Amino acid sequence: MSENRQDVRKTYKLLINGAFPRSESGRSYEVTTFNGAFLANVAQASLKDVRDAVSAARGAQPKWVGATAYNRGQVIYRLAEMAESRRGELAEQVALAEGLKPGPAKASVGRCIDRIVWYAGWCDKITQVLGGANPVAGPFFNFSLPTPSGVVAAVAPQESSLEGFVDVVLAPLCVGNTVVALASEARPIPAVLLGEMSATSDFPAGVLNIVTGFTSELTPTLASHEDVDGLDLEGVDAQVAGDLAVLAAGSIKRVLRPSPSRGAPSSMRRLRAFVETSTVWHTIGQ
Amino acid sequence: MSDDSLANSRLGSLEYDPAPESAAIARLRPSYGLFIGGEFTDPMRHEQFATLNPATEETLAMVAQASAVDVDRAVGAARDAYDGVWSKTTGAQRAKYLFRIARLIQERARELAVVETLDNGKPIRESRDIDIPLAAAHFFYYAGWADKLDYAGFGASPKPIGVAGQIIPWNFPLLMAAWKLAPALAAGNTCVLKPAETTPLTALVLAEILQQAELPDGVVNIVTGDGTVGAALVDHPGVDKIAFTGSTDVGRLIQRSTASSDKRLTLELGGKGANIVFEDAPIDETIEGIIDGIFFNQGHVCCAGSRLLVQESIADEVLRRLIRRVEQLRVGDPMDKNTDVGAINSAAQLERIKELTAYGTSEGATRYTSSCVLPDKGYWFAPTVFADVTQSHRIAREEIFGPVLSVLTFRTPEEAVAKANNTTYGLACGVWSEKGSRTLWVAARLRAGVIWANTYNRFDPTSPFGGMRESGFGREGGRHGLEAYLDV
Amino acid sequence: MTTPLRLVTEQERGIVIANPSHVARVESGTQLSAILTALSGVDAVGAEARVAKLATRSIKKSTKMAALDLAISMVDLTTLEGADTFGRVTSLCTKAMSPAAQDPSVPHVAAVCVYPDLAAHARYVLGDSPVKVASVATAFPSGRASLKVKLLDVADALEAGADEIDMVIDRGAFLSGRTGQVFDEIAAVKGACGRAHLKVILETGELVTYDNVRRASWLAMLAGADFIKTSTGKVPVAATTAVALVMLEAARDFAETSGRLVGVKVAGGIRSAKDAIRYLVVVNETAGSTWLTPDLFRFGASSLLNDLLRQRLKQQRGAYVRSDEFSGD
Repeated sequence: MSENRQDVRKTYKLLINGAFPRSESGRSYEVTTFNGAFLANVAQASLKDVRDAVSAARGAQPKWVGATAYNRGQVIYRLAEMAESRRGELAEQVALAEGLKPGPAKASVGRCIDRIVWYAGWCDKITQVLGGANPVAGPFFNFSLPTPSGVVAAVAPQESSLEGFVDVVLAPLCVGNTVVALASEARPIPAVLLGEMSATSDFPAGVLNIVTGFTSELTPTLASHEDVDGLDLEGVDAQVAGDLAVLAAGSIKRVLRPSPSRGAPSSMRRLRAFVETSTVWHTIGQ
Repeated sequence: MSDDSLANSRLGSLEYDPAPESAAIARLRPSYGLFIGGEFTDPMRHEQFATLNPATEETLAMVAQASAVDVDRAVGAARDAYDGVWSKTTGAQRAKYLFRIARLIQERARELAVVETLDNGKPIRESRDIDIPLAAAHFFYYAGWADKLDYAGFGASPKPIGVAGQIIPWNFPLLMAAWKLAPALAAGNTCVLKPAETTPLTALVLAEILQQAELPDGVVNIVTGDGTVGAALVDHPGVDKIAFTGSTDVGRLIQRSTASSDKRLTLELGGKGANIVFEDAPIDETIEGIIDGIFFNQGHVCCAGSRLLVQESIADEVLRRLIRRVEQLRVGDPMDKNTDVGAINSAAQLERIKELTAYGTSEGATRYTSSCVLPDKGYWFAPTVFADVTQSHRIAREEIFGPVLSVLTFRTPEEAVAKANNTTYGLACGVWSEKGSRTLWVAARLRAGVIWANTYNRFDPTSPFGGMRESGFGREGGRHGLEAYLDV
Repeated sequence: MTTPLRLVTEQERGIVIANPSHVARVESGTQLSAILTALSGVDAVGAEARVAKLATRSIKKSTKMAALDLAISMVDLTTLEGADTFGRVTSLCTKAMSPAAQDPSVPHVAAVCVYPDLAAHARYVLGDSPVKVASVATAFPSGRASLKVKLLDVADALEAGADEIDMVIDRGAFLSGRTGQVFDEIAAVKGACGRAHLKVILETGELVTYDNVRRASWLAMLAGADFIKTSTGKVPVAATTAVALVMLEAARDFAETSGRLVGVKVAGGIRSAKDAIRYLVVVNETAGSTWLTPDLFRFGASSLLNDLLRQRLKQQRGAYVRSDEFSGD
């Protein structure tokens, strides 16, 4: 029996403060498959959208950092649950974006989900691995604790539509930062889908914000925005990264330059990058 | 208004109607077999015994009595699972099994809480709000370590030990099962778990959960029965590691048994926790903390604050407020959501408590016992406080493991530390003061594996728990908790 | 604290003193400071854990009915808006006397609470009903005015026929350490009250810490308060069960020390019957049954009353009830 049914096409929007608005500029741009076929008109974020996203991330900071590490782990694990249940949809979009066959696309998504699970388990371990008591030479109880830097702007890799996105976004989140992520310019749809899944994973509004649009247009604003504490430049090429790092220096941001080999899959580099160490001294005496 | 009405200002005009939880939620089967190789199976000798509800003395279900042959089968299944499947499973995959188990415990939380209360006698409020959530959290926590062992501080690629034999007590049945299984599995070991004789049920429901999680057959095996089952497990040559939580006396026996073997051993034994209250303690929260310290779980807690060491200058005031608060404790039907103190776990334990408590009076301490009315059937002991206790009294030295508090005094921080440490145990202590430097000074000098400041009986999967000296060795919880299950 | 203390003032007629040989005067600001500093601290984590555990009490069946009726009888039905009119006050007072016209078994509330310039109208509408007229005073809600103006405010309310005065403490003075000034103001207002009963609003949301709440409670009771009250309801943070716990502990300890019973009123943000019952459980298990009476415990609320009525009716009918079953005001 042939199906005469028309499908309902999807509009891909931004994720800002727990809601899905179009760009305030009203603009959109064409996203195609790996071989040029039209996929969708995706929202083309403006500088004002970026400003709103940063503001949302800042506003969400106290609640996210104030949640227990256990709670953050639960929320991120739930994202993995959501992604697993929508695995087919993610695989389809990864295949279209990157030109993968169904098998490898499915495997790629499987790796992404396992990666989310890996990060979920980090939330309540990071303090034990990065923190500790220090045996100072005096009658003081001295301990160092990792605390999140605050708001992290993450530029996702351009080629990897989902695996790379997961890394730049989940690492800062699990240590308690809130994130403004800029998805791959040409391959944004899997990231947008993950954003939708985050909205049903008990993430408080504003903890994860995702904007889509032109990298070169938006990154200078992210780099120079004084209320952004950390900047992950993974999705920017080396030359441009240098220029953006100069901009970021204006507000002494913590900057993570693109790594030549993207770091080993289980490296802690990204987890350590946006963490501040706070050390407390307390006298010991009767 | 007379002093009388103030002193009697109590739960008078707002009497709480009974608010019972429904036992039907438990879905108990009439009988349970052993759990070996992923299946429920009859014990070789077809022997069974009844597990009772200590609040009513009614039989809840028939449970299998394992024999040495069954233990051997279980160890064999664990070994096969280790060699054939589990040692080849990546950390990431082990993590996902553990996450599934955690989630299933959360989904079946109410059922587990009811089973726990029926089998153990503890108030439903405690099983529901503390035991079950902590058990789930323990699996969540260790799930996250399974694929990060390189970062645990034990060197690169630490390996598991092999087959673990794990013997757990009756005071926190499901939670103790979680404390044993979660780190062992995360590290890559397979397990044979022996629940306590009087509280096997939640472990058996956990077995159903392991089936629902599709944990590979034989990774976890559960053998129920009396002390002989534990002994068989300890002596079995196919077991690489023994983890035991229970009394110091049995711990000694186990340590002797394993002394000449290669088996690794961790022990979590008894305690006689000192709860130290300084004159600047936040008084109202301190009273709650003292109560929590000794009456939580009917005092059946190895880390119970069973000795109150109160600074002499405030001793009278603290005792007065304490007695008033003890009178408010609601003792009764554990299935009633408003019950504070439940039943004693067994007739045997009740006898032990009565015997030791009798010493308190005969040795000259002043006894206060709650005037609560105890039910006719079941095993009950009214909350009791002994004042004027000294270090030489038996009730200051021996673990009673019941709702009985011994109150001693001290004058200076140094004296408090000396008295607190004057015991062969070393599990837990509490320190109550608003002066941080003094709290830390005292904590640094207390010989205890766990020190609670301005709180008591707080547990978290990230926080290592365990004792010093005759309270045992090894830690459960936290990064440290992995050590027992890694070949490092 | 080992020495019982109580303020002795000319207005102490009518206050019962137990063990008069144990009382002492608060002679000076220094002594007052010493008393307040010597009070035990409050561990916030412990206090909040205590109320969280009390919130798990399951109140069912006949206990619930009794609790609902008790809560209704403890309500100070309140309207404190700039837009209040005689008409509004008329509705409020009518409902206060007979909360559910269709059911005369529903008890009347304890009092109505209004601004001073509407107290006379409230008195008129209430007539000789047992419902009391409580008036806010002393430059409510901010308390930012001179003592002279505050006392005139009180006098106005009393002249209008108020039975009870709800005053606010000077939080600025308290937070800057001028506890003697806060004490003197309360004592002066108590003096002006005569036979009217004085509630002292601490504005716990502005005091912020539980230690401050404990100190302010003792300060108010030593200065002669008949009731200590949490909030004006006009700042974002109002009554919480933890704050009520601390105040009830203070009232209990003060009663043991001085023999004088001081009531506690919780106000602001208490909207549901469930909340109200939670507070009653805290009262029951902290200060005890003596305080389970409108003479010693009140709820300052407006929409709470209808939820209490709804729950009461649900207990009788066995089904959830429409919100329009009862009058909106």
